[in-house]
Amino acid sequence: MADTIIHAYYDDDDVLMHAVKRVKAKKLHIEEVYCPFPVHGLDKAMGLEPTRIAITSFMYGCLGLTVAIVMMKFIMIDDWPMDIGGKPSFSYIENMPAFVPVMFELTVFFAAHLMVITFYLRSRLWPFKEAENPDPRTTDDHFIMEIEVHNNEDELKDLLLDTGAVELNIIKNNH
Amino acid sequence: MASHYEAPIRKPLVLGDKGYHEVSVDIAAPVEGRANKMWWIVFSIALAAFLWGVGAIIYTVSTGIGTWGLNKTVNWAWDITNFVWWVGIGHAGTLISAVLLLFRQKWRMAINRSAEAMTIFSVIQAVLFPIIHMGRPWLAYWVVPIPNQFGSLWVNFNSPLLWDVFAISTYLSVSLVFWWTGLLPDFGMLRDRAVKPFQKKIYGLLSFGWTGRAKDWQRFEEVSLVLAGLATPLVLSVHTIVSFDFATSVIPGWHTTIFPPYFVAGAIFSGFAMVQTLLIIMRKVSHLEDYITVQHIELMNIVIMITGSIVGCAYITELFIAWYSGVEYEQYAFLNRATGPYWWAYLLMMTCNVVSPQVMWFKKIRTSIVISFIISIVVNIGMWFERFVIIVTSLHRDYLPSSWTMFSPTFVDIGIFIGTIGFFFVLFLLYSRTFPVIAQAEVKSILKSSGDRYKKLRDAGQPLYTIKKNGIVRETVLGEESTAATPVKSSTGLIKALGSFDKETQEVDDLKKVKGIGPLMEKTLNGLGIYSFLQLSKLTKTEYDLLDSITEAFPGRAQRDDWAGQAKLLLNNKN
Repeated sequence: MADTIIHAYYDDDDVLMHAVKRVKAKKLHIEEVYCPFPVHGLDKAMGLEPTRIAITSFMYGCLGLTVAIVMMKFIMIDDWPMDIGGKPSFSYIENMPAFVPVMFELTVFFAAHLMVITFYLRSRLWPFKEAENPDPRTTDDHFIMEIEVHNNEDELKDLLLDTGAVELNIIKNNH
Repeated sequence: MASHYEAPIRKPLVLGDKGYHEVSVDIAAPVEGRANKMWWIVFSIALAAFLWGVGAIIYTVSTGIGTWGLNKTVNWAWDITNFVWWVGIGHAGTLISAVLLLFRQKWRMAINRSAEAMTIFSVIQAVLFPIIHMGRPWLAYWVVPIPNQFGSLWVNFNSPLLWDVFAISTYLSVSLVFWWTGLLPDFGMLRDRAVKPFQKKIYGLLSFGWTGRAKDWQRFEEVSLVLAGLATPLVLSVHTIVSFDFATSVIPGWHTTIFPPYFVAGAIFSGFAMVQTLLIIMRKVSHLEDYITVQHIELMNIVIMITGSIVGCAYITELFIAWYSGVEYEQYAFLNRATGPYWWAYLLMMTCNVVSPQVMWFKKIRTSIVISFIISIVVNIGMWFERFVIIVTSLHRDYLPSSWTMFSPTFVDIGIFIGTIGFFFVLFLLYSRTFPVIAQAEVKSILKSSGDRYKKLRDAGQPLYTIKKNGIVRETVLGEESTAATPVKSSTGLIKALGSFDKETQEVDDLKKVKGIGPLMEKTLNGLGIYSFLQLSKLTKTEYDLLDSITEAFPGRAQRDDWAGQAKLLLNNKN
């Protein structure tokens, strides 16, 4: 952590977006932006990579489908084939149509739950986790842009005030 | 750049002069305020009904399924009727939150949270019925394919009843995580607004430490979109599979290929009616008329009208196909439904489900809150009777006329059904007092495009925002105690209550001995004229509040740490 960081508070998403663009235009790195609601286009403006969570969901779905196929093949065909209503389980392919609903459900089950678990772990969300937003107003109506200072404190201050920050908090770390 | 443009012809979805902060205040108000008398009355009634249901369930489980009105001809009646009814009601929640999200319908945002809550609570009611019907509910886990001590005894994957187990459990659990993920930012808002430590702790726990970084929001939106994409086919599959319980059988009246789409349409129909019932009450009780507007009610009425018409088409198609099939048994099953001893149930179903929603063609009617409320109740009654008609009238006159009979429910059947309605309302009423009932983060994201304040600004040709260049600058130093002097405000009122202190004659106590008072706070207190334990011990609620308003340091902290009590103890030890 740098010795000094600046928290610039904004009270409007449009003002924030203009500010982010101006800061990026100066080739400065934005550490973080805390928002009370999703601001569309902010991730691109900040230069964040697109999220890959949808891809993980697809892979989890494939896993769920595989689990369903293997499980039902083992249970209904290999381990204990039964003759139900005059329809014996001789081969997987003949019985497969009856397995489609469960295949679908397990695909969705795996894709949804494992994706959400991945999201919670990656974004560090779980019960008893302490919130890390620097100011309680960031869940209400304020946005905070966090920038590290590297010997350019005054220049940054002027820039951020000029972009319409309603408040600047200069945090000095003396540890 | 986020564009907030919306065609001027669109009516505002958030009424009143509201900015982001006003939204937080309005949504948090029902949670932070106290329950009124009406809430307690309704809650007590619901709780009483629930307890009656619990009694009926205990009686069923301890005595046996024989306590129900089933007989050897009608061997499946209210239990499955209620199951299908509750599952169907649940479907609207997912439809609103998932399908309307995929279609980017902004009006969903005021109602999706409550609709999803309704989904979860009603699916819980639905699940109760098959579990009770098992007779030995503690063995319910036998429906799960787990290796067991009975040799290679597995569940039967050819059975639609087992498909139901998978469908309903996937549906319930996926709906729950979808709902909870959406709730995290709103719990975060309540957490950051909470003043009392208990509430702060609880909402902190529920919010999973939601922080709202840009990356979190990016993932949050992607997860919501993918979950909506998964939940949409899921919700269609659930009622499809529920309809398979009947459609895959060979009973005339059940053996029908139209069942899956017909059941899904019926589910959405009844679910929207239940959402309408709940929200018309909730918007009034929780003062959310600015968010759940007449426009929302009108749009839901249109959905009710369309799905009601689809259901009507299905009823008529069913009749036609029964005649057209040329199968005598099939023809008789439907003739018996309409003209047999259960004609009244059939008529009720037709009137409530097909005729009553047609009044919604008139704008005056579909924008009337009273009529909407009445129709929503009528539709729910009608949809219960639809399931009753399908199930009981197909069974009560079977292939053997000597065993033809009627079904009459016992008080236990009725008790369990009323009990689930009570349980549902208990859950919903608790939810409406403790949860953010509107997805406030989402509402804030559409406020500039669809909020009344911003629409007016846009119409007037004024900018939606201004860049002010007079921000304030402050400094925070981490890692060492700040030595800045705390400004002393007027403290005469406080000193009057606590008694003054004369440094010359009295002994100065070490206030730092009180837990919660550090060197800085001691300095502040001294600045106010508080030097002794005796003074601290006189703190009561009024003085604490006064103290908080003067120091502005940690609101509620002094009272929470019970400075007065601690000071009294220290005082006693000293003497």
